[in-house]
Amino acid sequence: MEVIPLDREVAIRIENLSYTYPDGTKALDGINLLVRKGESVALMGPNGAGKSTLILHLNGILIGDGKVEIHGLEVNKKNIRKIRSIVGLVFQDPDDQLFSSMVKEDVAFGPLNMGIPPDLLEFSVKRALEWVGMSGSENRSPHHLSIGEKKRISIATVLAMEPEILALDEPGANLDPRGRREISELLKTFKTTKIVVTHELNMAAEICSRAVILSSGRIVADGPVADILSDKKLLLSAGLL
Amino acid sequence: MKHDFIDRYSRLESPVHSIEPRAKALAIFALIVICVSTPPQAWWCFLVYVGILAVIATASRVPFSYLLSRALVVLPFILTVAVFTPFTKSGEIVLRVGFLKISKEGLIILWNAAVKSLISVTALIILSSTTPFPDLMRALERLKFPKFFTTVASFMYRYVFIIVDEAERMKLARDSRNFRGRWIWQAKTVGHMIASLFIRSHMRGERVYQAMCSRGFEGSFPRWNDPEMRLADVLFLALVTLAALSARVSLLWH
Repeated sequence: MEVIPLDREVAIRIENLSYTYPDGTKALDGINLLVRKGESVALMGPNGAGKSTLILHLNGILIGDGKVEIHGLEVNKKNIRKIRSIVGLVFQDPDDQLFSSMVKEDVAFGPLNMGIPPDLLEFSVKRALEWVGMSGSENRSPHHLSIGEKKRISIATVLAMEPEILALDEPGANLDPRGRREISELLKTFKTTKIVVTHELNMAAEICSRAVILSSGRIVADGPVADILSDKKLLLSAGLL
Repeated sequence: MKHDFIDRYSRLESPVHSIEPRAKALAIFALIVICVSTPPQAWWCFLVYVGILAVIATASRVPFSYLLSRALVVLPFILTVAVFTPFTKSGEIVLRVGFLKISKEGLIILWNAAVKSLISVTALIILSSTTPFPDLMRALERLKFPKFFTTVASFMYRYVFIIVDEAERMKLARDSRNFRGRWIWQAKTVGHMIASLFIRSHMRGERVYQAMCSRGFEGSFPRWNDPEMRLADVLFLALVTLAALSARVSLLWH
């Protein structure tokens, strides 16, 4: 596993972040987190710990109290365009991510919003599909794809924007063991900064070098993935075993 | 789960499929407008319209049985209303069955509604079976159709299957708990199911929107690869419109 030197530039800086949903549920409670460029971090915790809420803050879908900085840019309304081109978010349910009637339209959606020159578009779609091993599926329709294929296309729709930070919400959810293994192997090939929300220990160990455990909206552990995953007491108390 | 598509056969290859969607949509709409404006007594005009549709349908290689079965699904709704008019409309009586009187005016109204709806619906089915739905929506958008309508229709096309699946799963779960009874007792359960289906769809809509924003969506859909109108497309549009129009206009001299 690659060790990220401490003097590496900061990719994500979160300071004292709290978020309360409109219905009064406190989802995040004073989060402090620093992720350096090139790191791959597993964000773990039981259901309802605030993992998904936290990654929705990375590109300003949610804006809470506190400070979030991406590559030195504060996440606010003014910077949102730039930030969304840096942070690629892959949602848990691919049917939320894929809304077009054709795969290529979905993959082209991000780059087009970013204002890619038309002559580069075809190439960028083709390359993104190649990265996820789905070459040649440009004209297929999402309702004809298997769940594993939909996941891959979802990832491609984000990769097409060439994000420097990739945040994935439960990439292994609803997949059979082989599908999960294949997604793990795919994710390992990406060299960007990665934040992977998961409660699967194997997946965390395979993809990430660092693990952060969230419980009731707070960070309760943060360290090298091997140390965290060997601490049975910690895993039990965090509802991960 | 497997679903039928409203634009089944739309990805075949044929001369009709390759016509630019805007030209095709305009030609079909022109045909419908001309057909609807034709007086019902000019029966041979309708023959011309049917002939035009038959030529297009044959060239498109979409099975006739499919077109017909699709048309038959829509027709009963239109005809239920029309079928009673021969009995209720007053005028010259052509037939008496017991106390029922069938009037000539009523029969003409029935014929008028039946032939025009059959031709219009078949024309639209030919259009939607030879044009992929997304392309059709884009064509309408470029023809300055309200964007709201095309966007809603596009999303419906994408998500209707997911909502049907969700409803299907809820129904399975309900039936697994031994649900039965006559419809009046079912009403409450069905009501709850519809409500929870609505909430699920609403929440899904929220997440889809978040995912779109994450990829830089700011309210307007970007487009690419819009096809251009070629000479063949203009010719098709002109030919269909002129053929129908000449039948319609020739009435003026009779």
